[in-house]
Amino acid sequence: MKLINDYEMVIGLEVHVELKTETKIFCSCSTSYGAEPNTHTCPVCMGLPGVLPVLNGKVVEYAVKAGLATNCRIAHYSKEDRKNYFYPDLPKAYQISQYDLPLCSNGYVTIETPECSKNIGITRIHIEEDAGKLVHDNTHGTMIDCNRCGVPLIEIVSEPDIRSPEEAYAYLEKLRAIILYTGISDCKNNEGSFRCDVNLSIRKKGETEFGTRTEMKNINSFRYVVQAIEYEYKRQVELIESGGKVVQETRRFDQESGKTFAMRSKENANDYRYFPDPDLPPIELTDEDIEEIKNQIGELPDTKKKKFMESFGLSAYDSDTLLYNPDMARYFEKVVQYTPYYKIAANIFITDIMRMNKDEFFCPITAENLAKLATLFGEQVINSSTLKKLFKRMWQEDIDPLETVEKEGLAQINDRTVLSEVVDEVLKKSEKLVKDYKDGKEKAFEAIIGTAMGKTGGKANPVILTEILNNKIKGEE
Amino acid sequence: MSELINKTIYEHIEALRKKEYSSVELTKAYFDRINTEDKTIGAFITITPEKALESARAFDEGKLPDTPLAGIPCGIKDNMCTKDIKTTCASKMLGNYVPPYSAHAVEKLEQAGAVILGKMNMDEFAMGSTTENSAFKVCRNPVDTDRVPGGSSGGSAAAVAAKEAAYTLGSDTGGSIRQPASFCGVVGMKPTYGMVSRYGLIAFASSLDQIGPITNTVMDNAIVLNVIAGHDKRDATSIDRTYGDFTADIKKGVKGMKIGIPEQFLGKGISPDVKKAVLDAAEEYRMMGAEKVSISMPSIDYALSAYYVISSAEASSNLARFDGIRYGYRCAEYSDIEDLYRKSRSEGFGTEVKKRIMLGTFALSSGYYDAYYKKALQVRNLVRKDFNEAFGKCDLIISPVAPTVAYKIGEKVGDSLQMYMGDAYSVPVNIAGIPALSLPCGTGEGGMPVGMQLIGPAFSESLLYRAGYAFENKGKRG
Repeated sequence: MKLINDYEMVIGLEVHVELKTETKIFCSCSTSYGAEPNTHTCPVCMGLPGVLPVLNGKVVEYAVKAGLATNCRIAHYSKEDRKNYFYPDLPKAYQISQYDLPLCSNGYVTIETPECSKNIGITRIHIEEDAGKLVHDNTHGTMIDCNRCGVPLIEIVSEPDIRSPEEAYAYLEKLRAIILYTGISDCKNNEGSFRCDVNLSIRKKGETEFGTRTEMKNINSFRYVVQAIEYEYKRQVELIESGGKVVQETRRFDQESGKTFAMRSKENANDYRYFPDPDLPPIELTDEDIEEIKNQIGELPDTKKKKFMESFGLSAYDSDTLLYNPDMARYFEKVVQYTPYYKIAANIFITDIMRMNKDEFFCPITAENLAKLATLFGEQVINSSTLKKLFKRMWQEDIDPLETVEKEGLAQINDRTVLSEVVDEVLKKSEKLVKDYKDGKEKAFEAIIGTAMGKTGGKANPVILTEILNNKIKGEE
Repeated sequence: MSELINKTIYEHIEALRKKEYSSVELTKAYFDRINTEDKTIGAFITITPEKALESARAFDEGKLPDTPLAGIPCGIKDNMCTKDIKTTCASKMLGNYVPPYSAHAVEKLEQAGAVILGKMNMDEFAMGSTTENSAFKVCRNPVDTDRVPGGSSGGSAAAVAAKEAAYTLGSDTGGSIRQPASFCGVVGMKPTYGMVSRYGLIAFASSLDQIGPITNTVMDNAIVLNVIAGHDKRDATSIDRTYGDFTADIKKGVKGMKIGIPEQFLGKGISPDVKKAVLDAAEEYRMMGAEKVSISMPSIDYALSAYYVISSAEASSNLARFDGIRYGYRCAEYSDIEDLYRKSRSEGFGTEVKKRIMLGTFALSSGYYDAYYKKALQVRNLVRKDFNEAFGKCDLIISPVAPTVAYKIGEKVGDSLQMYMGDAYSVPVNIAGIPALSLPCGTGEGGMPVGMQLIGPAFSESLLYRAGYAFENKGKRG
């Protein structure tokens, strides 16, 4: 491990994000995921002879959003190029991408790790089309599903500014959050809508020259990115320390073993023969176009986090939890318009609502009613067990918690006299428990509280109830 | 009935409406002609008599729209997709390919009630100047069947010259409509780039390809262009513009028109008979009241080299999809995917196509891009600039289409350079994206037709038709 500390890793990431436009980049086929093979296809995305691509304007708009959200310069003039290579999942035998004039360039995102806060440069963001999928099957051999052919992607290329797996992870998390907040992608790793290529080289600490890098392609989870970086860093250090040399090559990360394996060397790399696609006119954007797109971008996660912490007084952890899902964060903001009890509202989201949710944010309770629930608890009108019960009922049916509390008498009992009587009654029948408690069994105390709470139908103010019981056992009341 | 096939579209339009003959009679007359002549000429790759007669009957029964082209039989170059009809590009690669959709230009004709007789022979994937590169059959020049009809739209031009169709559609990437029209003594228009949608035209060189009509007369040509010109949102290079009636001003004559004669088009390599015919035509124009202007276009000398780099580069990418995986020719046996690609493409493509794919692949390769492709694009700008300057001095330019009349079949096979040189006058027009009309202007060696081209600025088709019509009808006036 001593040796490893002499080196530093230099990492650049290329992230492919699938855009959630309704239709594909060059035809009107649906982009939705999971359909029967080859049902979302037409002559254009199948690349049949004679067809022509027509650029979907939404794709440009979404890519520009990504660029603006990552502080990029937006090109007033850019073009689309053909990247030529043969592969069965690529029907035209070229991918339409952008080569030397990408839509966005020269941006950055700010990341925070326990050690530091730093900017990771964004070299460029360009638009391109996805390829199809090969399906291997023992009876039929290899088949091609062209549903993904022509689904729009952006490729976000970072500068080699990343120096650790933690920074890589933080960068990916931040990028994912930014993309989610611009609303241009769902960033679902499991559907391949957010995938990552890792470029990694090492050098002795203090050196300024870059070492020879290797590239690991198509890693579809952040956890695997971290694993791949850790493995590849170790491999390169060991290679150099044992007198070897790193070869510029593409490597495959194997999820099972956590190792990387050589795929093809630079000598065998494709010459993609990029050239401007003559079927597509250049993409020209005016300052007004860019301004219009800018105005459509809502608050980004950094701004929101600041607001959650400073204006709502939430912890960094609670803010991050709420912000993880933009729909949830936006709903939370709606709720706190109606209640001053921000922290209580946040707790309802983090514990109660998130438990009811799977992947997507969903809440059948209106923002007003959620706010009332938070206020009822905040004003100590109800206790936490009533809050839980009410929440469950509100999830099932559209009821106003305030009216329900009044109508059904669910308000908590704060009256000391009433609660004192209840405690007395319970203590009479709990001599053994009192003895147990005095012998040091903490659980016995909870059992007595539970019985007393039961007598009040769960409505007792738990703080007062506990206080009274405590005093009575100690003989003070 | 054979005299029916000698009539022009203009005459058919009137006769069909006066019910002098029916569309079925007319269609049958063309098929009779095809049956007797095409064994020799070889203009058609596929004929579709049932479908054609069905359309003809529909017209006769009043079920088709009453547009000028309705009920009139035509042929389509076999690189334009026709739904449910084989579309081969004259290549073994697409020998059995049946497209599931029709090209925009074909749809336009069908909507106009046209009767489609079949698909026309051509050089494989439109690469060639003689139609000798067809994988299926030889195509002969109807004027002299020992000679080539020109290419790549050789079948389209030969069919019109042999009266096997009232008109045909061709495509022109570097002269492929104009040169065969010139060799066969008919009229061909290469419209402004972006005027006719390329949707469904199987691409050779996307930035140069343009569909246009081949007809017996200038008037007929304008009538067909009226139907196929227009914006199509499925082609991003199609220009969003509406066009007037191209026949509207056709009879207005050339009085006061300035006609440019570029020295570079009449210099080395041109045969004397062609030069004389074109200069005589220019003189005719002067006598009709036009003014002759000498112009110079120095960049033209580089246009041919630029053309072969650009067109081959684009072709190498456009033709990559023919890989034996999804449709088209696939080799019988292969060991792995690489082997499948290599064998299918080696066996499916002909020599000329493979030559161009290799040339284009080389020109785009890393390390060579700047020296070839980028340089060619710079030449393209120079050529455009030369034309722009020229059109500051004249309204249109007159030039030969090709340096010679049609030559013997087999004469230039194996001498690619000689063959490519024959495109020197036609390719600058494609490089600049401007229109040019090819029409007969006399005869040369062996009594073969000589063609001239009238070149105008973008969207000057009406002017070109007007000048062409004036020349074609010069003897007919008082």
